[in-house]
Formats: sequence, structure tokens, C-alpha cells
Amino acid sequence: MDQNPAIRVRGLQKSFQQLHVLTGVDFDVARGSVFALLGSNGAGKTTVVRILSTLLRPDDGTATVNGCDVVAQPARVRESISLTGQFAAVDEILTGRENLIMVARLRRVPDPRRVADDLLAQFGLADAGARRVATYSGGMRRRLDIAMSFIGDPPVIFLDEPTTGLDPEARLEVWKMIRDLAGGGTTILLTTQHLEEAEKLADRIAILHRGTIIASGTLAELRELLPPARVEYVETQPTLEEIFLATVGGGEAQR
Amino acid sequence: MTTHAFNDTNVMLGRSLKHVTRSVDTIITVTIMPIAFLLLFRYVFGGAIEANTDNYVNYLMPGVLLIAIASGISYTGFRLFNDMQNGIFERFHSMPITRSSVLWGHVLTSLVANAISVAVIVGVGLIIGFRTSAGVLAWLAVAGILALFTLALTWIAVLAGLSASTPDGASAFSYPIVFLPFVSSAFVPTETMPGPVRAFAENQPVTSIVDSTRALLDGQPVGSDVWLALGWCAGIGIVAYVFAVLAYRRKVR
Ligand SMILES: Nc1ncnc2c1ncn2[C@@H]1O[C@H](COP(=O)(O)OP(=O)(O)OP(=O)(O)O)[C@@H](O)[C@H]1O
Ligand SMILES: [Mg+2]
Repeated sequence: MDQNPAIRVRGLQKSFQQLHVLTGVDFDVARGSVFALLGSNGAGKTTVVRILSTLLRPDDGTATVNGCDVVAQPARVRESISLTGQFAAVDEILTGRENLIMVARLRRVPDPRRVADDLLAQFGLADAGARRVATYSGGMRRRLDIAMSFIGDPPVIFLDEPTTGLDPEARLEVWKMIRDLAGGGTTILLTTQHLEEAEKLADRIAILHRGTIIASGTLAELRELLPPARVEYVETQPTLEEIFLATVGGGEAQR
Repeated sequence: MTTHAFNDTNVMLGRSLKHVTRSVDTIITVTIMPIAFLLLFRYVFGGAIEANTDNYVNYLMPGVLLIAIASGISYTGFRLFNDMQNGIFERFHSMPITRSSVLWGHVLTSLVANAISVAVIVGVGLIIGFRTSAGVLAWLAVAGILALFTLALTWIAVLAGLSASTPDGASAFSYPIVFLPFVSSAFVPTETMPGPVRAFAENQPVTSIVDSTRALLDGQPVGSDVWLALGWCAGIGIVAYVFAVLAYRRKVR
């Protein structure tokens, strides 16, 4: 295994009152790779992301990001990460351009205006840049939100359901940007409901279910979890969706 | 570190000021009620009120300004509450910034916004007969007292904005503060009030702030009132600040 992963999570636990959301989560994310966290609604994906981005304290277990412990050195962790949360975190009263400039100034990057203009162009928002975000459509807001996370080239980026609410075209655009970022050495942890997204983007995939990672590996490794006979019968590779439903489905019946 | 704190607070201030300048209606809402009081007391009640003064507008002015500030700070609670509902707060908290800058941005905005309301009301006052013999130093002293009063109340607003569970709760806390000037020396001399009310009026913070501001504006000696006024503002401000910071720490894990 990688001796120096970008993200290392061991025995992570988190409960909200009686609700045991994470009961022991372990995974590593190699530097420069794309890691997808899959799980049903309420599985705890957002909880993992919030712990890793220092917004929430775990009850037990450890998590390090870029070599720094999220509980002991939160300020150091924040220096190496960027977060796009599940719900758009943009300032509605400012314009799109002002939102980007604000983040660029907070991250102290040189020439915030140029950075903002470049990102607006890159995310297809150049025409809307001078408009207040309150007038944006859901997809435009989401693109602005992702653009804000790209500022300052942080080595680790968390994307919580980045393409939810995007049309197919915008989704492909965002996928391409994520691939480019990973190609440039950025480590990306994304959560998604969209299994095709994990298939297309992720180097490694982990399925979070009932508080733990019940399966993880490359897409090829996950495929081996299914009985090979089935693969031959349908004469096609199982999609991740089938793998997901097969691994998760067993437990679902007991609910 | 301190240069970061300065930069971050500056960015937050700029953001929050845009919220104010893009909702000019909030400034109108904040100034309209104090202006209404000013006109009401000047032209309706003023004739019947025996305040031992030859210019009742001068007498009114300090209390009306305090009412304006007390209602102005409720917007700080409201804006802070909205920030917390919105994901933008979590984005800020996941970024390598000085965390206190998030609060200070709102607090400094409150100072600027209230200074604007105060200027508007003084302008209206001048039109209806407010006259002052205060020199530059006295004006600076008045500005200082009002700024300290704003600062103290703003930290109460921050505490309310952080602790409230509804937007109404985040601004409703200011109603009692808005009414404090009515039970003080702001509109009538306290000597005219019955025993217990008078005791309350003479010992609550607004009376000392009103009396010292009024004396400064009239070019009179302020005496010990000004120290009492500053003491109240500093005391309230420090207590509210401590509780606000504790509430903030609880909120951001
Ligand atoms: N602050 C909180 N207080 C109480 N319960 C919470 C809190 N945050 C999350 N939960 C609960 O924890 C569980 C996991 O939530 P989480 O948001 O991590 O799920 P998720 O996998 O991201 O789901 P989704 O796909 O719907 O976004 C849910 O049952 C949720 O209700
Ligand atoms: Mg989620």
C-alpha cells in the first residue's frame, strides 16, 4: 500500500445522539488519484466529507489529510484542502465574479480578478459573471460553487455530489475538469449517487453502507465481487450499478 | 498571522458591506422609525412636554439616535443568521482563514451601517431645528460614545444571530433595547416619573449615555456621566463579546 497517501482514514466513528452513522470507516486515497465514495441516502458520505474538511469532529478513529491530523491540526489541514459541499455554498447577493474574487482574496492568490475571469470562462459563466448569483439557475450556481473550490490549487479537493443538478452537457464538462485536475496531481475525493460518474472518473471506489466500507477497490476489482457466471450469462461486464445493488441489496432486505 | 487576520477581515467587511448597500431598504427601514419619533415628539407631544429646554429637538436627538442604533443592530443578527443557514459559512470554515474574521466582518459592517443611519437622522434633525454648539472635540467624543454603544449592542446581536433558531428570533432580541430609551431621560426628565420607574430610569445605561451625549452636543460640561456611559458600554460589550465568542466556538465544533 501507499506509504504516504493523501488521505488516510482509520476506524472513523461518528454518532448523532442514538444514530450511529459511521461505525468504523477505513480507507486510503493515493496522491493524485480520484476516489469515489458511494452510498445510499443517509449512508454517511457527507458526514465523512465534513469530518475530513474539519467541519465536524469524529467520535473515534483518526483521519489525516496531506499528512496532517484533522482533529489535532485542523488549520494545517485547511491549508491543503478545498470543499464543495453537497449544497451550493455561494453568496447570493454578490455577483458570480465577486464570489470568485472573494475566495481568491481569502486564499491570497495573486491577481484575484484574472483568476476570477479565467474561471468564469472555463465554467461557461462569462456572460453571467456580472449578475447576482440570486438570479442564477441551479446548475449555474453549482458550476460557480465548483469553480470557487478550484481557486488556489489546493492539493486535495472534496466534492460532495458535484454534478447533482447539472445537465448532461455540464456534467461532462465537470468530469473533464476533474480528470484534468487529477492529471495535474490533485487528489480528489468525491461522493456521488450517480454510479456512472464513479465508473467514468474514479481510480478507486468505496461503498459505504451501514457505517462501514463494505467494498472497495478499482472498478475491475469490484467486478470480481460478482459471480463470474453472471458475467458470462449476460455477455457483458456488470455495470457499477449492478455491483452496487448486489453488494448493498443483501443488507437492505433486513431493514 | 495578524496580516492574514487583517486581510481576511477586510474581505469579509467588503462582502458584508455589499449586502448593506444592495439592500438600501434596510437603511430606510432602520431610519424611518427614529425619524418618525423625531417628528412625533417635535410636532405632536413636544408642546405638552415640560423638559426645561428652549430647543426640544436638541433634547430629543441623543435618545432618537440610540433608538436608531438599537434597531439597526438587529440586521446584524439577521445577516449572521442567514450566513449560518447558507453553506457559505461552511465554505469559510473549511478555508485557511482567520476564523474570527467571519464575525468581525459583520461587526465592522454594523458600525458603518449605523454611522450612516446616524448621519441621516442628524441631517433630518438639522432640518427641523436641531442646533449644536459642539466643537470638533465634542463631536469626536459623541462619535466615540455612539460607536462604543453600537459595538456593545452589535456583540449582543452577534450572540442572538448565532443562538437563534429562526430569522425572527435573530432580530427580535432588539425590541426591548429599542424601548429602553423611553424609560430614560431621553424624552422627558426622570424627575417627572413615579418612584420605582424613576429609580430604574436613572440607573439604566441609556440615561447616562443620553445625558453625556446631550451635554456634549450642547457644549456643556459632561461631568462624571461620561465615565458611567463609557463604563456601561464597555461592560455590556465585553460580556456580550465573551458569550458571542463562546457561542461561536460551540457552533463551529
Ligand atoms: N448534524 C446532524 N444531526 C443529526 N443527524 C445528522 C446530522 N448530520 C447528519 N445526520 C444524519 O446522519 C445520517 C448520515 O447523513 P449524511 O448527510 O452523512 O448522509 P449522506 O450519505 O451524505 O446522504 P445523502 O446521499 O442523502 O446526501 C443521516 O441519517 C442524517 O440524518
Ligand atoms: Mg450527502
